[in-house]
Formats: sequence, C-alpha cells, structure tokens
Amino acid sequence: MESTSLAVLLGLGAFHGLNPGMGWLFAVALGLQERSRRAVLRALPPLAAGHAAAVVVALALFEAVRAVASPRLVALAAGGLLVGLGLWHLIRRRHPRWGGMRLQPHELAVWSFVMASAHGAGLMLFPVVGAGGSDHPVTGLAAATVVDAGSGLALAAAVHSAGMLVAMAGIALLVYEQFGVAILRRAWFNTDLLWWPALIIAGVLVFFT
Amino acid sequence: MLVKPDPTFYPSARMAMEAPRERHAYVALLDPDGDARPDGLATVDLDAESPTYGEVVHTVDMPDVGDELHHFGWNVCSAALCPYAPHPHLERRYLIVPGLRSSRIYILDTKDDPLRPRIVETIEPETVFSRTGYSRPHTVHCGPDGIYVSALGGPDGDGPGGIFVLDHQTFEPLGRWEVDRGPQELHYDFWWHLGHDVMLTSEWGTPNMVEGGLDPELLLGRQYGHQLHVWDLRRRRHEQVLDLGDEHQMALELRPAHDPTQTHGFVNTVISVEDLTTSVFTWHRPNGEWRVDKTITVGPEPAATEQLPPALQPFGAVPPLSTDQVLSLDDRFLFLSCWGTGELKAYDVSDPLKPVETGSLRIGGIVNRTPHPAHPDRLLNGGPQMVEASRDGKRLYFTNSLYRVLDDQFYPDGIDSWMVKVDVGEDGQLSLDPDFFVDFSADGRRAHQIRLDGGDASSDSYCFP
Repeated sequence: MESTSLAVLLGLGAFHGLNPGMGWLFAVALGLQERSRRAVLRALPPLAAGHAAAVVVALALFEAVRAVASPRLVALAAGGLLVGLGLWHLIRRRHPRWGGMRLQPHELAVWSFVMASAHGAGLMLFPVVGAGGSDHPVTGLAAATVVDAGSGLALAAAVHSAGMLVAMAGIALLVYEQFGVAILRRAWFNTDLLWWPALIIAGVLVFFT
Repeated sequence: MLVKPDPTFYPSARMAMEAPRERHAYVALLDPDGDARPDGLATVDLDAESPTYGEVVHTVDMPDVGDELHHFGWNVCSAALCPYAPHPHLERRYLIVPGLRSSRIYILDTKDDPLRPRIVETIEPETVFSRTGYSRPHTVHCGPDGIYVSALGGPDGDGPGGIFVLDHQTFEPLGRWEVDRGPQELHYDFWWHLGHDVMLTSEWGTPNMVEGGLDPELLLGRQYGHQLHVWDLRRRRHEQVLDLGDEHQMALELRPAHDPTQTHGFVNTVISVEDLTTSVFTWHRPNGEWRVDKTITVGPEPAATEQLPPALQPFGAVPPLSTDQVLSLDDRFLFLSCWGTGELKAYDVSDPLKPVETGSLRIGGIVNRTPHPAHPDRLLNGGPQMVEASRDGKRLYFTNSLYRVLDDQFYPDGIDSWMVKVDVGEDGQLSLDPDFFVDFSADGRRAHQIRLDGGDASSDSYCFP
C-alpha cells in the first residue's frame, strides 16, 4: 500500500476520532460521572476496538465483493452505496437509539461498532483501499490474492484505527483536563455537515477509480 | 439543522444556571366547561424591559374542544448533548402539547415568532391509540434519544398506564416504551437519573379512576397510587417497587436531582387518608439499595364546616393538597405547592434527607382566599399549583388551576385563574412580586402548566455533572 494511501487512512482516522458522536465525548462523560481520569482512559480502547471492527467488516465485504465481481460492478455498487447513504442521511437524519451511560467495556465496543457502522465509517475508506488494490486480478480466487487482500485490509484498518484512537484520546483528555464540557456549547461543530458530504465524495471517487 | 449546538442546551445544570433570563412563558389554558370552547396556549411577556411585561401577548386556540391541555414540553433540550445518542444540532423550537382528556397531541412551532407559536402538526387520538396502546398523555420529557410521553391508561380508560416515545425529528409515535412492566399498573409522572440509566415513575390513577373526579370510595379504600417504580432505563425493564404506604394517596411529581451523578430525588403525595397531611418523600440509594423516606409533612388547617366544600365538610379541616413541586437546578431548593391551604413553601434540600423550611407565602386557598399584593381587596380562589422555576433559580412562576373535575370539587364556586411571580432570596425566602399578576379571569379559561422560553427547571435533563 502506498504511503499516500496510508496517510489518507490515518487522516480519515483522525477525522472520525474528532467526531464527538464516535466516542470521545462518551469517554469524557464517563470520566466526569466517576470523577476520574482513569475512567476516561478506560473507555478509549473498547471505543477504538468497536470502530476498528466496523471498519474491518465494511472493508472485508468490499474485498469479498471485489474478489468475485468485475471492477466496474464493484465501483457501481460501492459508489452507489456511499452516495445513497450520504444522501439518505442528509435528507432523513436519524441516529441509532442504543445505549446508556452505564455500559460495560464490551458494550462500549458494541456501541462504537453500531455508531461507526451507522455512520458508514468503514465505507468512507473504500476509495483509498479501492485505489490501492486496483491492480489486483479480478477473476478467480488465487491464494496469493486472498492473502494480499487480507493483509492489506488489516493494515488499512490498523492504520485508520490508530489515527482514530490518537485523535479521540487527545481531544478527550484535552476536554476532560483543560477545557471542560462547557466548550461543547461553542466548539461542537456539526460534523454531520462534513460527514455526509464526505461519504458522497467518497462514493463519487470510488465510482471513478 | 444548526452548525453549532442550540444555544439553549447546556451540558450541565450548573452551567444552565448561567443562562440568560427568560423572556416569555407559554401557559396552558383550560376551558372550565370542558366542551364549550377550545383550550389554548397563552404567551406571557416576561421581559422586564418590555411595555407588555406581565401581560398575555398572544393566545393560540386549539382547533378542537375538550382537549384538557395539562402538561407539555419541548422537542429537544440539553439531553441532546448526552454522549450516547448525540443530536445537539437539532433546535429547541417545537412544543409538544398533549390533551390529557382527548389524547390528541399538538406540535407547535415557536421559531418564526416565539411570541406567536403556531400549530404545525396534530397527532390524532386514534394514532396514539393504535401506535402505542396508550391514551391520556400527560408528562412530556425530551430524552437523550427521543421524546418520552407518559400516559394514564389504555384507550378503554383502564390501566396499565405507561410511557411511549415519539421520534424527535418526525414526531412519529414509536410505540410503547416498556419491555417488561412487572407489577406496574398505575401511572402519572416519570423522570430519570441519566448518569445511572435509571427511570422512576409515579402513580395517580387510571383514566376511569380520575376523570369523574376524586372518588371518596376509592380514596378511603386507598386505591389511588402510592408507589414509585424504579426502571432500567436502557433495558426498559421494571426493577423495583418503592411503596410509600397506602395511606399516602396519589404520588405525583418526580423531581430527581439534576446532577446526573446523584441518585436522590423527591416525590409529593397529595393526601394522607389517616390525617389529611401532605408529604414529600426522598428516594435515595445508600449502599446500592433503593430506599424512600418521608422527609416533609405539612398538616391540615382547621376550618368551619360552612367554609368547606361538600367533599371536605366531614373533616372540619382543609388539607394542604400538595399537587406540584419544583427543584432548583443546583438541587438546593425544593418549592412545594399546597393547593388546598393556598401556600407555597420553600425548603433547603442540600441534605436531601433533612429538608429545612426557608420560606413560605400565602395566596388563594380553599378557606383563606388570600389576596395578591397587586389587588389587596380581591379575594382569590384556587391556590399555588403548577410551579416553575427560572434556570438561575431566582424566580418562580405559578398558576392556580389543578384539573377540571378536581377544581370543581375543591373550589365549587369556580376558579378565576391567575399567574403570579415569586422572587427567591439567597437563602430561599419567598416574596410575591407585587407588580406581577396575570389575570385570566376575563378570558375565562384556567391556567395550568408554565414553560419558560429556552428551558426551565423541569424541562431539561443533563448527562454531565
């Protein structure tokens, strides 16, 4: 995988990590509820793990389809999915109704998985992964291809999630230690206004790669 | 959809106390005949700089008659900042106004002209019945993930009462909330401890038990509600019954601490069939076990038989009948309405198990009929009832009507409705503002719940301490 692709994956990870809806705000809330920085830190690994799992699932589906379908069909389907999800969310805004404040670590991971999946976090990586692997043979399931695809996917998910974790941890600790949640009133920009267009752009990119 | 969070949302109650002062109030108006003219929603100007300060500046009439508007609430509030289902870029602009008798729910938009809200949507009773299985919607709370509405019973007027949820963007009824209601049958109010995923519900009676008025047989048979129910808010399951004792009839308003790390709160009971007292119980959770303790008792006041309505003549006394209460956003002061005796009381509840009375004022009352300082010669009927506190805790507003059939039982000569303002001192003393008296007697309808623009002490809940 090229270094540009890795940098983009890392950057998208940071973009996801900065979204309060992806987990850092949850970590801060849990810390404040227990009045403990350790509670903030404790929440981060399961949140990152859930996000990584959502990305892996989305990319694995993408790779699986790519292994059996023609590149044109893959581009059509993936691009259509991304644009469709982005448009649907822009028109009909909904958010998952699952969760509460007293979640066990594994439930936090599930919550993060649900939030990332519902927001199409993994789908947003399609153009990067798609571009990286466009020279793959598309017919047959040669062992080497599957291994390549698998390791590429793992690398992509790992790099992305590392970016996400670092951004999430950084902002969670800054808000918990330094700014306080009052900053939410001023600085909680509506990331959805960027997020859903980003999905649509990703869809268009997939379409043309 | 906003770029930054709605400015009326605050992560914590403490921060909400710094909010700008309220500029106007929305007040539910009830037709005393029940079927003659529509109920309404009045806007009262609270901007001290305005020439129409303390006046009704607009009234929206509902399109139907017989709704019995009662409690109402906002589409979204500070709970939108809760981290597990955040949606802070929705606007606090719609009032969800249920008809307690008709089961019709009106959605009013306050954005274009906050002084003149307009009805933009109506959820018909049949939709409420078929989508939720409930009827007689009562309390509305904007929750972290939707609009929660309590209901007194089913479409046939029997129990169980419960809670249903409306989508906070489409107002579509999403169905019954409870997955497992356990032994819970009666319903009235609900609220929560968001930091602990705990919901509490209280008990009045089924529609068939209350719509004909207070039934002495049911009351003396101790059939009205006297329990609290503790629920797992996340799994939507009943967990525990907290019985206040069946002599304490009608457990109404739930006022949990606004600080989400706390697990205590206050519920008022209207009347004890043993001694006519009214009480406040504190629920709390020492060592992980829920408990309730009676922490405030207000006694009846002796009265001559001829001063009493027929319902009370056998007792020779007027019961306090506490019917509403409100907790300041810093969880420090509890204000209790005594609708029977015509008294509003204030308590310092810094120690929730040892409330200390800090203030009291008199107005109206079944026997006293205490006048307001604005009209010292005019005897007033009704008494302190729906009470609301400003976010900074410095002002209270209250009205004097309870519920149409109960108004008629306890104030048989009718209720001339009013809304007044109270200034709260640093140490919790109460004084009526002599210059603020909103007189609804010319309109003829009766004022009930008050909501302040931007939020008040019973409209929002918070996920951050």
